[in-house]
Amino acid sequence: MASNTLYSPRDPALKKRDDFEDILEERRSSSDLRYALRCYVPVVYKGIAPCKPGVLKTAVLQSDRLRHVVAEMSKETGESADVIREEASGILEEMAHRLRLGTVRFFAYSLSKAFKALFQRVRVNEDGIQRLQQSIQEHPVVLLPSHRSYMDFLIMSYILYTYDLSLPVIAAGMDFLGMKIVGEMLRMSGAFFIRRSFGGDKLYWAVFSEYVKTMLRNGYAPIEFFLEGTRSRTCKSLTPKLGLLNIVMEPFFKGEVFDVSLVPISISYERVLEEALYARELLGVPKPKESTSGLLKARKILSEDYGSIHVYFGHPVSLRSLAQGRINRSQYNLLPRHIPRRPSQETQAFVNETAYRLVRLQEENMVLRPWVLVAALLLQNPDGVDMERLVEQTSWLRGLAVSFGAFLDWPDYVSASKAVASSLALHTGLVRTEGGRAQLAMEPKEPGSPEEDLFDRAASVLSCASYRNQILHVFLRPALLGMAMQMAEASRKDDIYSCFSFLRDVFSNEFILCPGGTVQDFDEACYMLTKCAAVHVQKQEVVATEKGQRILSFLTSLFQPFLKGYQVVCRFLCEDAPEGFPESEYVAAVRSFAVKRILSGELTCYEALSSDVQKNALAALLRMKVVRKLKVGDQVTLRVNKVAANTLENKLGGRVSTQKALLARL
Amino acid sequence: MLFPCLCGLGSLVSSQTPKPCCLGSPIVCERQRVCSTDVWLSDPQYPGAEAMVLTAIRGELVVIPVEWSWLTLSRVLFSRQEVMKWNGWGYSDSRFLFNKKGQAEFTGRRYRLSGMVLPSLKDWFESTFGASLQHKSPATVSSMCATLNASAVPFPSLNEAFLQDLKSTGIPFSHEAEDRVFRAHGHCLHEIFALREGKFGRVPDLVVWPNCHEDVVKTVDLACRHNVCLIPYGGGTSVSSALECPPDETRCIVSLDTSQMSRILWIDEKNLTAHVEAGIVGQDLERLLNESGYCTGHEPDSMEFSSLGGWVATRASGMKKNVYGNIEDLVVHIKMVCPRGVVEKSCQGPRVSIGPDIHHFIMGSEGTLGVVTEVTIKIRPMPEYQKYGSVVFPNFEQGVACLREVAKQRCAPASIRLMDNAQFQFGHALKPQVSSIFTSFLDGLKKFYITKFKGFDPHHLCVATLLFEGDRERVLQHEKQVYDIAAKFGGLAAGEDNGQRGYMLTFVIAYLRDLGMDYYVIGESFETSVPWDRVLDLCRNVKERIVRECRERGVQFPPLATCRVTQTYDAGACVYFYFAFNYRGLADPVNIYGRVEHAAREEILANGGSLSHHHGVGKLRKHWMPESISDVGIGMLKSVKEYVDPDNIFGSRNLL
Ligand SMILES: Cc1cc2nc3c(=O)[nH]c(=O)nc-3n(C[C@H](O)[C@H](O)[C@H](O)COP(=O)(O)OP(=O)(O)OC[C@H]3O[C@@H](n4cnc5c(N)ncnc54)[C@H](O)[C@@H]3O)c2cc1C
Repeated sequence: MASNTLYSPRDPALKKRDDFEDILEERRSSSDLRYALRCYVPVVYKGIAPCKPGVLKTAVLQSDRLRHVVAEMSKETGESADVIREEASGILEEMAHRLRLGTVRFFAYSLSKAFKALFQRVRVNEDGIQRLQQSIQEHPVVLLPSHRSYMDFLIMSYILYTYDLSLPVIAAGMDFLGMKIVGEMLRMSGAFFIRRSFGGDKLYWAVFSEYVKTMLRNGYAPIEFFLEGTRSRTCKSLTPKLGLLNIVMEPFFKGEVFDVSLVPISISYERVLEEALYARELLGVPKPKESTSGLLKARKILSEDYGSIHVYFGHPVSLRSLAQGRINRSQYNLLPRHIPRRPSQETQAFVNETAYRLVRLQEENMVLRPWVLVAALLLQNPDGVDMERLVEQTSWLRGLAVSFGAFLDWPDYVSASKAVASSLALHTGLVRTEGGRAQLAMEPKEPGSPEEDLFDRAASVLSCASYRNQILHVFLRPALLGMAMQMAEASRKDDIYSCFSFLRDVFSNEFILCPGGTVQDFDEACYMLTKCAAVHVQKQEVVATEKGQRILSFLTSLFQPFLKGYQVVCRFLCEDAPEGFPESEYVAAVRSFAVKRILSGELTCYEALSSDVQKNALAALLRMKVVRKLKVGDQVTLRVNKVAANTLENKLGGRVSTQKALLARL
Repeated sequence: MLFPCLCGLGSLVSSQTPKPCCLGSPIVCERQRVCSTDVWLSDPQYPGAEAMVLTAIRGELVVIPVEWSWLTLSRVLFSRQEVMKWNGWGYSDSRFLFNKKGQAEFTGRRYRLSGMVLPSLKDWFESTFGASLQHKSPATVSSMCATLNASAVPFPSLNEAFLQDLKSTGIPFSHEAEDRVFRAHGHCLHEIFALREGKFGRVPDLVVWPNCHEDVVKTVDLACRHNVCLIPYGGGTSVSSALECPPDETRCIVSLDTSQMSRILWIDEKNLTAHVEAGIVGQDLERLLNESGYCTGHEPDSMEFSSLGGWVATRASGMKKNVYGNIEDLVVHIKMVCPRGVVEKSCQGPRVSIGPDIHHFIMGSEGTLGVVTEVTIKIRPMPEYQKYGSVVFPNFEQGVACLREVAKQRCAPASIRLMDNAQFQFGHALKPQVSSIFTSFLDGLKKFYITKFKGFDPHHLCVATLLFEGDRERVLQHEKQVYDIAAKFGGLAAGEDNGQRGYMLTFVIAYLRDLGMDYYVIGESFETSVPWDRVLDLCRNVKERIVRECRERGVQFPPLATCRVTQTYDAGACVYFYFAFNYRGLADPVNIYGRVEHAAREEILANGGSLSHHHGVGKLRKHWMPESISDVGIGMLKSVKEYVDPDNIFGSRNLL
């Protein structure tokens, strides 16, 4: 089993976390201008003075790695080395940041204004800042914030500036460059831009990775990127992307740096700015292109109250300690270090596992507001619930969540009724409270076609779900166990384990479940449910207790929408999918299939409309080889094994009893 | 008295026997210049003593009447501890101490530093280690004592039949505690630490002193016949636990001391080779060759005590290898006695293509295959001119870049070494109070800062020391070439004295560890070789690893972790580390030391460094052998061992 260095202590509820400070407080009482113009002298890595961006570029272009790749490409293509070098220089030009203090100061000023207008508080754990400051001096630092909003990296830089820490260089998607002025502004505040896909482009990859590594090796500045790759539209963590993580680890593997500190950072929003946008996007209303005018339109947003932001700087994780005993660094001894080569399998597995661990660390330190609990309960009561009952349930759920280690921002002196009331007040757009009852706001403001109404309702549900999603990671493992117990129908531990393992496998694109961690997760689930007396775990059996019924039924219904969503996808593939249909049409096709079923009353789960669920389901099905991709010309088509899809659906619906053979076939 | 007695040996012997004559230079004038150590002298003052043998014992030249029985010689060797410390480094009369005024002093008269006061050593010592003169480590009686407590040494377990047969050969032997303990160890920290505490583990049961190749053949033969374990012993300077007796060895362990085989048998001036017995120690070999106008140029830092056979057995490397080569470049012919028989080549062709070179089974065999008895080694005319030099660089990176360039242009002087900043500072701590040859570098440096060295940060700068050899003109030319390269890397010439002092210090530095141990400071050096492009990364990572490991293992004070690049090659360099820490507050310092050293070695290997450049593997590093040379490689070595020594007579269990 994997080593335990990074896993949270056995009992998550005992996890100690730091206190927060509100950095806007001072901004509200002193001059923003003076703040923006103040003397800014960040500590740097081992006292090295950061070099100018120009020097950096030269270093990259003249690096052994790039020279090697250029020579090789020149040999392969017959193109002259100069031309290729020119091309490399062009790529770098497009990519490189041009950090300038002036721009940073401009941002410091304008963001102060904006943040004060948008947010009640921006709260930061100062202990984390102190740890970070220490790390920055000792080793190259990689900042890994969660990604829920465009705000994320502005907030990051803003905070680092506030605390007099080195400003990071940030890997940003090329799409920002679409916004001309803003793009260049971002560049001057430390963003560098990478194309979303450059699959086979060797030169691009070489320039890009050398650029990042050069900055890292020289301790040039902390490097910041988003492990999740893109903003999560669902507020649920996305499975990590490994490209950049691979790049920042390499200098350590090759001995070019002693260690690298990986700092998971959790940014939690009480209300995400893009809330309404995301729900539409998930339902297939096309995403507005990132354009300056789009962002300006967002100014309208400025008039609303978005509550608080919590930013938690996690403990820096030493890559060296993680790799201890896992990575044999002498494997790099026999090839000159500038010659690129594929990471070994052992390395790939390590990078993957580390990525998952880091995302889990992000999740663990996400601050959750009481509203998240309320949202979870409201979604389980689509027909509404008495306020009194809601308060009671919320209070119960709070206890459960805390015992499972949730990082709940709910001080003891705030009563449940108060917490519920203020939650509802901040989210009036999503909840209707009438006659002592609370209910999701499902009625469309102005009725349209049945389909339009359906989408309106779905948007409400998805918005609300995006809050519930924030707490899923807390309940995920025990819930999988709960579902497995239901599915296994008997209490034999082996059977339950194999169901657990099956469910975990199915959902491993949906949630942060590290490949290979099944045993550990099972143990953790058993431990947590035993702790709250929901189950008895014996040598051969796992049995639910009387008291456990409530907990287990809450947990299983919490994840019901996902189970349903995957079933709908399977149903669609069995019934409706034409033989060998194009992948590009998949989402739209599932959606209209689901819409039909909802309209016909066969399906009540609006979340099945979420393209996120649909895409994750497809990824799982591809992984499980229920669906295969076929490339015909330029088009990728999907080929379905209908029998397998049908079996899977039945199994998810609990209609097939566990049979090892069947599992094996899946 | 004919020959003045200048060393302990003489006085000891003189009390019971006719006055022997001892020691180097006075003798030289009394005899014809001959190139062999077998000097037969007629001495009218001693009737009956027809001839005398001039021989080298432990770095001292001793002349002994040839008619004295072997007993006379072994008498001398029994009391080796009269000359050398039995629980520390080097000559008994030479040691560092803090005098009543709290100033460091180096005693004795052997070295340039001897008898001098080193005023800044105390401050450096206290501030580097957080040590204090107030805190002496528990005065373990033995460490202060000149002699060891023989009653604490385990009784020898003797193989009577072997002993019986051995007696009949007339080869001298001893089973006295002092002799056995002396040959039970090398100079690893844990070995010396245990001795100071008066702890003796498994020690040899018997010591034998064969006098020539034939004696060795007889001894090995008897050992095979009676299944006795043999461990060859040269100078005892091993730093790889190679001389340690395997604790679970149940057979009688015999230490085969080669010191009596220390003659130069012939010199061939046509081919510039010398045929030498393997027990000769470095300083004697050089001195004797010098008398004939030659040298080998092989100068490991341990050359005062280490032996030719030891060099061959460990693949030693000398400081001046750039001119003369390492041991593998120097040997032309080797004779080794194995249980299976004697192995040697049939000619002295300068290079041959006759399958894998059997010399390479012998070199580095670390006493596991047999005893090297005679070696034909290349010699060179003594250099006409020597010149030291030094260069100051603004930082270590620049220094390494310069050494790399020097290696690229293949213009390395006889020796070129680059010390990091910590070692540079350390060098200053060893500056004696008054001395003509020690011009005040530090004071001079203050001047430098204002004038030449402006802009050099004293906390980053580092120094390269240089030694040029050859004919005068060429040396001067060469010197210019090197300084020109240095200038390209920001290096500034910093004078001959600094260079010379740097080299001289390498001989006394070994003594410093004993001083440290008096004040709770333990330390050691280790080395590696590494490709050029990884030198900086390796140095940084290893030093940092040491610091981190010490912290994690509860060492209360920051350790000293410093390195220098000591050799340059076409494709890489040799890097030498010093590592020491103050162990106050630790229950088991040696164990912690070992773990940190282990971690440092792991770090070296992870950074592309080798398991060893010249210290060898012994038992200390054999853990890493499979990963270093692959399982098949291990198999190759094993099969050789199995053929050559099927009964594991040479049972020191080094390497494999
Ligand atoms: C202060 C100090 C400085 C040093 N500097 C250097 C240096 O600059 N360069 C360097 O290369 N090393 C150096 N060493 C390491 C050591 O001096 C070498 O390994 C040296 O070659 C050992 O020779 P020795 O005669 O002392 O052998 P010993 O220590 O007696 O034995 C070493 C090993 O060789 C075997 N052996 C010895 N003689 C024979 C023989 N005749 N036949 C077969 N096997 C034999 C022994 O069994 C043992 O396994 C240094 C050590 C110290 C303590």
